[in-house]
Amino acid sequence: MTGLVAIPIIPGVNCEHDVAHAVRIAGGRSAFIHHTDRALPAETGAVYIPGGFAYGDYLRAGAIARFTPVVEAVARAAADGMPVLGVCNGFQVLCEAGLLPGALARNVGVRFLCQDVHVRLETAGTPASHRLKAGNVLRIPINHGEGCFTAPAEVLDLLETRNQILVRYCAADGTVDPADPVSNPNGSLRAIAGVTNPSGNVAGMMPHPERACEAILGSADGRPIVESLVHAAQSAPAPQSAGAGGR
Amino acid sequence: MATTPAKRITVTIRPKAGLRDPEGNAILHALAALGWEDVENVHVGKTVTFDVGADTDDAARAEAEAMCRKILANPVIEDYEIVVGDTGS
Repeated sequence: MTGLVAIPIIPGVNCEHDVAHAVRIAGGRSAFIHHTDRALPAETGAVYIPGGFAYGDYLRAGAIARFTPVVEAVARAAADGMPVLGVCNGFQVLCEAGLLPGALARNVGVRFLCQDVHVRLETAGTPASHRLKAGNVLRIPINHGEGCFTAPAEVLDLLETRNQILVRYCAADGTVDPADPVSNPNGSLRAIAGVTNPSGNVAGMMPHPERACEAILGSADGRPIVESLVHAAQSAPAPQSAGAGGR
Repeated sequence: MATTPAKRITVTIRPKAGLRDPEGNAILHALAALGWEDVENVHVGKTVTFDVGADTDDAARAEAEAMCRKILANPVIEDYEIVVGDTGS
């Protein structure tokens, strides 16, 4: 049996219970995976790397976390096609690990930002976005000091032509203006809020969909993203190395 | 700790040239507001210092280069500069 959403717990992460709750209300099962674990559970169908401040963001956000055994296990699984979503610090870890292009630099306004933003879905059909349509506008909170997506211009061009941009910061009506400090508050290049790898199975985004899964929290717009990943986990083929029974 | 003679490494890591440096820019404006209006090119980085066992400066520098490429700097957003010296001990 597959279908488990693995949630790696790297020291300093602080969104793991939000993620587990969101996975539960999206109809999925999850398990916390210790940072020293060298393999994911056999029944793992997807990975959701939560936000926080892994290793205190010492050196750079994600720089030390990427060398933990669990992240190396995630990298191996990702190479085999495992759906992986990294949110906020999880996105930074995936960039540092080289699983996603670009880097997250200090916000242009230098301030830590904790607020709702709007993002426009750019690429549907990935494990993290198949329950949405391109052009959908979602209101989801951000919570970061280093979220300014940065990459060389030629890499940004490639991301656009290869449909690797997952979400962009936008105004409430879906208008994208990278130069607008209101709708693109951290100054991300081309207003990029999330990207995928070339094959689309690895995705990262700075906004926290798991914090916008219920109306009582002010928005349920993030829920289709969590549901997409949960569904992808449940429909993933059983890994070749998995034992018959799992757990 | 090191059994071979130690060299003292100082790695300075800064925002990559050409990229926006909002922190440096904020300091530039603060300096200008305090009267230092001729200041430009303000950048803030971080310094990592350590002693490494190596017989020669070149060997120590090669070690530090490898560390910068592997973990100390992110080439997408950062430049680095390595200075090799003696530990003074």
